Amino acid sequence: MHEVGIASSILECVAAEAAKHPGAQLISVCVRIGELSNIDRDALEFAFEAITRDTDLQHLKLVVEWCPLRHKCTSCSEEFEVQDFELACPKCGSAQTTCVSGTELDIAYIELEEEPCAKS
Amino acid sequence: MREVVEKKVLTENDRLAAELRQRYQDENILCVNIISSPGSGKTALLERTLASFLPSRRVAVLTGDLQTDNDARRLVRYGFPVRQIVTGGTCHLDARMIDRHLNELGFHGPGLLLIENVGNLVCPSSYDLGEHAKIVLLSVTEGEDKPLKYPGIFHRSTLMLLTKTDLLPHVEFNPDLALENARKIHPDIEYIALSSRTGDGFDQWLHWLNALQHKFQPHAAATNP
Repeated sequence: MHEVGIASSILECVAAEAAKHPGAQLISVCVRIGELSNIDRDALEFAFEAITRDTDLQHLKLVVEWCPLRHKCTSCSEEFEVQDFELACPKCGSAQTTCVSGTELDIAYIELEEEPCAKS
Repeated sequence: MREVVEKKVLTENDRLAAELRQRYQDENILCVNIISSPGSGKTALLERTLASFLPSRRVAVLTGDLQTDNDARRLVRYGFPVRQIVTGGTCHLDARMIDRHLNELGFHGPGLLLIENVGNLVCPSSYDLGEHAKIVLLSVTEGEDKPLKYPGIFHRSTLMLLTKTDLLPHVEFNPDLALENARKIHPDIEYIALSSRTGDGFDQWLHWLNALQHKFQPHAAATNP
């Protein structure tokens, strides 16, 4: 629902980072999206494409790194992917586990080429 | 060439939220962010909550909607400063809106800031408003599986309020199952069932709010009714 806003925030951040590399061509931006981030991947890709179309950034590729919900057991330190919100540790059965991944909404990296690409 | 960025997508919102958090701390403001689907009873909850406060209590309300100032008009009757945030289509409140409207309202601490977010279980959960706690409402006319359908907000909320419990005799809703589902997502989520119509459960809710205020501002809370 708010993926256009999220896509705009990604582009703002990309522009700020790209400004540190004048003359370089932006190739891609990688975002890390957690299962609990409330972001719909398809909607975000659609929004990103829509707001970059016919702009300087229309060739910028959005790479999505999807992060499933992962918990870590506080008793035995086992780290596991949570299936169907079963939060108990699959190794020792402890209910004391904490979330270590799955809420991300981060920009991991951008890819640039120092020399501007020839237009194809 | 790959340039590592490692920043939150909502860096700008998070920066403003951090400023708000600092302001709440400096001014001794306790801020709660109330979130639910449209029609779960956020405004009714606030009406009865405001009605229970002594007029001397320092409280302000920011209420968000896509359109109309209907909620603010309902809430202003209780004598506390209220400001409507009309988002004009945006499906959530963000930190910039809170900053601007808090300034325009001219509210300063110590006190309690109640934020009624736009009715939506999805987008508001992504936007930090610098609050001390998110509170999620689920009414008994919805499904018990809502926590499973919208896990993000239940994961991030400190308290789940089950609302409209006066309707329980008329609907097929199992509160235990709703709580079980919420605790699947967030085992430590606190829980209070209440009715804003009859007032059932309100003692517990007001006690919870006072305890939270006491936790974050022990001096200001000592004088609360």
